[in-house]
Amino acid sequence: MDIIVYLIPAALLLGLLGLGAFLWALKSGQFEDLDGAARRILFDDDEPPEPGDDRGPS
Amino acid sequence: MGAAARCRHCGAALGDSAVSGFCCAGCQAAFRIVRGLGLESYYRKRVLDPRQRQLKPEPAAPEDFTAFVSSEPDGSHRAHLMVDGLHCAACVWLIEQVLARQPDVTAARINMTTRRLALAWKGESARINELAGLIGALGYRLVPFDPAELSRAASERDRELLRAMAVAGFAAGNVMLLSISVWAGFGEGMGPVTREMLYWFSALIALPAVVYAGWPFYRSAAAALAHGRANMDVPISLAVVLASGMSLYETATAGRYAYFDAAVTLLFFLLVGRYLDSRARSRARSAAERLVALSGTAATVEEPSGARRMLPPASVKPGMTVLAAAGERIATDGVVREGESDVDTSLITGETVPARVFPGARVFAGTMNLSGLLRIDVSGAGERTLLAEIVRLTEAAEQGRARYVAIADRIARAYVPAVHGFAAGTFLVWFLALGAPWQAALLNAIAVLIVTCPCALALAVPVVQVVASGRLLGRGILLKSATALERLAAVDTVVFDKTGTLTRGTPELRMDPEVSPEALAAAAALAGASRHPLARALYAAVPGARAPAGAEEVPGSGLRLATPQGELRLGSRSWCGVGEGPADSGDGPELWFRAGERAPVRFRFADPPRADAAAVVAALRARRIAVEMLSGDRAEAVRAAAEAAGIARFSARCAPADKTERLRALAAEGRRVLMVGDGLNDAPALAAAHVSMSPSAAADISQNAADVVFQGAMLAPVAETLATARRAQRLVKQNFALALVYNAVTVPLAMMGFVTPLVAALAMSSSSLLVTGNALRLARRRGRWISSST
Repeated sequence: MDIIVYLIPAALLLGLLGLGAFLWALKSGQFEDLDGAARRILFDDDEPPEPGDDRGPS
Repeated sequence: MGAAARCRHCGAALGDSAVSGFCCAGCQAAFRIVRGLGLESYYRKRVLDPRQRQLKPEPAAPEDFTAFVSSEPDGSHRAHLMVDGLHCAACVWLIEQVLARQPDVTAARINMTTRRLALAWKGESARINELAGLIGALGYRLVPFDPAELSRAASERDRELLRAMAVAGFAAGNVMLLSISVWAGFGEGMGPVTREMLYWFSALIALPAVVYAGWPFYRSAAAALAHGRANMDVPISLAVVLASGMSLYETATAGRYAYFDAAVTLLFFLLVGRYLDSRARSRARSAAERLVALSGTAATVEEPSGARRMLPPASVKPGMTVLAAAGERIATDGVVREGESDVDTSLITGETVPARVFPGARVFAGTMNLSGLLRIDVSGAGERTLLAEIVRLTEAAEQGRARYVAIADRIARAYVPAVHGFAAGTFLVWFLALGAPWQAALLNAIAVLIVTCPCALALAVPVVQVVASGRLLGRGILLKSATALERLAAVDTVVFDKTGTLTRGTPELRMDPEVSPEALAAAAALAGASRHPLARALYAAVPGARAPAGAEEVPGSGLRLATPQGELRLGSRSWCGVGEGPADSGDGPELWFRAGERAPVRFRFADPPRADAAAVVAALRARRIAVEMLSGDRAEAVRAAAEAAGIARFSARCAPADKTERLRALAAEGRRVLMVGDGLNDAPALAAAHVSMSPSAAADISQNAADVVFQGAMLAPVAETLATARRAQRLVKQNFALALVYNAVTVPLAMMGFVTPLVAALAMSSSSLLVTGNALRLARRRGRWISSST
């Protein structure tokens, strides 16, 4: 049973790491725009111009 | 292929005279910009939202945003702008990409939730105007705002709750892990030393969490107690503090039971409810703020030197000269110094026919300048302006209403003394009558506090509110006040304003078979050159009409255009050379059109009721809700609108004070009145009513005074909101009943000393899940008052 003396602090430490990561994310504004972040990944940042679109007016 | 009939940029339906796939030259130019930057895939990715503003670029005068730019010493500049007309994520992408491809822009990011654009660039601060012009040319509208002015306090509160929730969640998870070991240990024969060690670990986790995460509750409880009142936070705080203190004592004296898990899980559940509630409300509030910011305009100030700059209306000082171009909203109250024009005062007076103004006339903030440039001397703030008077009336009316107490707090008033009485009684009976040691007696008393602890009770209201406001938000209805739903549920009388509320507030051409199609087409084309609402209505009545070049507008009279066939004239009766004839029956506004020497043609207009006004009124009356109408407009117009909507009680020519007077009289009869209005003249009445709603096209002061703001061209949101409020109220009552049944079972058990931490934790969690589950039924069920509203 002595093992729990190591087990509990280890579990707590990992938990605290997670909590710290969450608080950091909160502080750095990552929860400010949940709608935008979810959809932003659907778009590429830089797209090459599309070659030869012949439908457009000139 | 519907694409053939739609504009390739804005997606509007095309008339006959379209320019090769586009509805107007502006859209064609926007398409070229997008194509020139190689961002054409935007058109494939986007999903146009019909509820949003159309993506049609407006040939507006270039605005000056430099007053809203903040500059750093190293030559970089920042600006915050509100973007109107975002349809979907592709619009966000397009704007960001267009800006990012400008070589001097260092950052451009749109927050899609709040629809705000943060822009940073290097070089000249005046570059903002070109950048904004570029986005404007794509068809979006940009409005500058001061980031410091928007509700920081509310978002700070959201963050505090989220942090507290994270800490409580962490603590609850870990303490529960240890507690389950302890509970298992009772059966498996865990030694007292191990148990004690686990309790110490629990204390180490729980105590800091209780101090930190409980802070929002302690603060609110202390504030309530300081005012000699009790709210739900008082028993919560007391139970958490007592449970933690007692558990610490038990741990220190090697006792058998500690309640750390109960204390932190209680906090965690409550914080989840609080956070969701607060977030739902701040979303609605930020949407409402956005609407207000979009309707407000910056004032164009003319310096004595002749230079012009844009200022937010709040920083315009008396004595300055403000310009209002045709088609712009007048930003401040003042006196016309120069210029003649027509002013649309419907937001202030409810009058649909524009008023003529000339030098020396008073004009008011929020009115629309229609036909000519005006130079306005700004009059002193706090003077006896109409606006100041309305603000005063509104504030006076609001004070009367601030006394409303939320149902949860009303229950807390009765509940708190009862719970504390039971707990004290338990302690006294165990200690004195049964002769138990004081620790055991206190433990039982705390068990009573914990099981009664209003977890379910405190969740019963917020969860329903979150679900209801989320459901309404999805339909464009914004709940701004926390107690609006409760007050809406009690409504038995609805009072409507006319112009802009029951009607759409914009005139519509009444088709007349006597008018020849050629005359109509020619008049509509000429009308395209004016901003006058009647001219706009005429222009809109003929799809594909294009304004001719060279039309001249004479403020207060009309338009004229020289053509080879003679002069075309469109405007007032006298402008077209028509005498006061017998046909002048005064039924609504009219325009006359004269082509050369041919006989003048008359166009008549009506302000039509919203398409579903009659259906909504009928639905309300079917629910035994009395309907009335109070309007500032002329008696005939009011009667016509009342008859069209099926409203029997109405009064015309009401001043703002008359409206509040009528609402007071209704309140004195014991009626609970919902006021629906949009004008500046409705603001005091909105504040005086039991609860109030306002369409999103309303004056900003009215939107501020209203508890609920709804978007769209329909009136159905009024019925929808009332229906949701009533169902929400039913669910709240059911939840309270569930919580009370739960208490009736657990309190006697706790008083008899049967409640161990395990039982307390189980009972608490299950009752919370039960009320939450019950509240979620609101989102699922769709009982509608109006069956065919779509």
